[in-house]
Amino acid sequence: MAQLVTSKNFVSSLGNHTINMVLELGRIALFFIKGFVLIFYMPLQILKIKQQIYFIGMKSLFVICLTGAFTGMVLGIQGYYVLVKYGSTGALGSAVALTLVREMGPVLTAIMVVARAGSAMAAEIGIMRISEQIDALETMDINPIRFLVSPRIAAALISFPLLTALFDVVGIFGGYMTGSVLLGINPGLYFSRVESSVDMSDVTGGFIKSIVFAIVVVTICCYQGYFTHTRAEFGAKGVSLSTTSAVVLSCVLILITDYVLTSFLL
Amino acid sequence: MNLPLIQFKDAAKHFGHNFVLDGVNLSIFKGEITAIIGKSGTGKSVLLKHIIGLFEPDAGDVLYEGKSLRDMSSNEKRALKRKFSYMFQDSALFDFLTVYENIALPLNERTSLPEAEIQRRVRDKMHQLDLHKIDDKYPSQISGGMKKRVALARALVTDPEIVLFDEPTTGLDPIRKNAVHSMISDYQKRFGFTAVIVSHEIPDVFFISQRIAMLDNGKILFEGIPDDIQRASDPAVKNFIQGLESPHDDLTGIASQASGQRRLKQEMNRLQRHKIPFSIILLSVEKLEDLDRIAGHMASQTVFKSFANHVKQNIYITDTCFRYDMNKIMVVLPDTDANQAEMFCQKLSRNLDGNLLIEEHESLHGFCFSVNAGIAQAREDSRLESLLGEAEDTQNIFYECRL
Repeated sequence: MAQLVTSKNFVSSLGNHTINMVLELGRIALFFIKGFVLIFYMPLQILKIKQQIYFIGMKSLFVICLTGAFTGMVLGIQGYYVLVKYGSTGALGSAVALTLVREMGPVLTAIMVVARAGSAMAAEIGIMRISEQIDALETMDINPIRFLVSPRIAAALISFPLLTALFDVVGIFGGYMTGSVLLGINPGLYFSRVESSVDMSDVTGGFIKSIVFAIVVVTICCYQGYFTHTRAEFGAKGVSLSTTSAVVLSCVLILITDYVLTSFLL
Repeated sequence: MNLPLIQFKDAAKHFGHNFVLDGVNLSIFKGEITAIIGKSGTGKSVLLKHIIGLFEPDAGDVLYEGKSLRDMSSNEKRALKRKFSYMFQDSALFDFLTVYENIALPLNERTSLPEAEIQRRVRDKMHQLDLHKIDDKYPSQISGGMKKRVALARALVTDPEIVLFDEPTTGLDPIRKNAVHSMISDYQKRFGFTAVIVSHEIPDVFFISQRIAMLDNGKILFEGIPDDIQRASDPAVKNFIQGLESPHDDLTGIASQASGQRRLKQEMNRLQRHKIPFSIILLSVEKLEDLDRIAGHMASQTVFKSFANHVKQNIYITDTCFRYDMNKIMVVLPDTDANQAEMFCQKLSRNLDGNLLIEEHESLHGFCFSVNAGIAQAREDSRLESLLGEAEDTQNIFYECRL
């Protein structure tokens, strides 16, 4: 009897969790749609979008270049020592370029931006929520989603593909540094393999991924911050939890959507 | 009676098991200042947030000119919201915007005014609120009192019809506190907006409000005019008011209105029992509103404070002076008839140098500082109300100084 009750509880709690999760996903999707549609409400918030592009894009340049370079360099070394066993070190250019353009570029760029800008977004909006700044916007009849979320969505949609492209290019040069400069592969061969192996479809795939990751990251981070007040914990603790869950959820969702997208794109 | 502008009808709100509002009935009338008083944590801010629609009641209703918010279309709600301004308890300034940008935000976002006009309006408000040279500072770089004034400027910059103030003077020094009160009162008279103030400042808030409501245990315990609440017999209301009243007025340092009134009653009793006469002099500092406009509300409050100090220094130890209203001081002179009271006035006038009161403000050249005095002698058969009325009615200029 007791076992039956326990399993019933388990099933009902599982059901509850699933329903809550689906509801939450619905709310997140609606939040994004609202934010996205409000980008196009007149007058356009050009200045705010520019400021956010500066914050999400421009300020991430250094970290993207750094991680891109080292990722490319590691791929160069790892690829070289695998390929050398089969005597096909000439294919290093293809290996590095395809790995970066299809997978590593969009995923690592998104994760780096989550760490740098996503956490800041969640914390900033969370603090605005707990210090009644969002309520203040509502009392002034200024739509807080349009004012705070829409410029961030627009900026992320512009910045993510550009940052990904930069990551790819720097990564390919990183591969060249280790593969050609350190390990002696012919540079001409390396770059000709890069050029011949990367198709337009690979670039488009990477581009689509970066757009989807932009949506995932900006929506999750803004949503977590925006609804800080609905958490059981209040104040600074609520903001810290929002920031943590924004980062963790974004990273997990990046990897899950990456798998889903890859299986559709290939 | 007129239709209330805003009306709470059995409004209830609970958070979890905590019933913050438990059947609130309250009317707020157009063009009046209504103060909501009550202990901390009794839901005064929640009540205020219901007015502007940040919260909706779980039961009951909030009506605007007789119409429920629930029955309004989204366009009607937006149009209504534009009539409101809200000043938050913790200022709620945007920390990523500068002081200037914070004040200009409602104009930038809600109107299509040219930049020059926005700049003029913002500068105007900043000047009136004594906010100088902080345009480019961020809220985290200015003091708490300054933040309050920036929030006040932001609330008033759109010239709203209804302004909700959530403890506008908490954390301000006495001069600034009185400057804010006089500013609310002055603007309200000038622009005729409806104001709702949540406040702990008793009795200062009585000077500027036309109606007072006391919230306790989720219900309105008292609703009426300031004079009535001071005479209320309900022990909860009485204890609350007396508990918050200080024997001294914060701004002037002279006795508070409540202790002055008590002294008046004592003198009245002495007169009736022992036939000891007494007189009162009601001194009204005139044209403080002009001073507000020329030199700011801080300057006018400083002048009033200096004048009160002068009166205090010139009375005998047996006399009392107390703050009677925003710009009025009452002097109670025991054992004094009307002639002697007049002689006292002349002495006070001789010793007063208006220039000394306003010496810091050179820009006031040509401004006329004047004080009216109303003298009334108490008789055995006179009632306190008629005595005060007599002093109010017989106001003569007793001092004038053109700078």
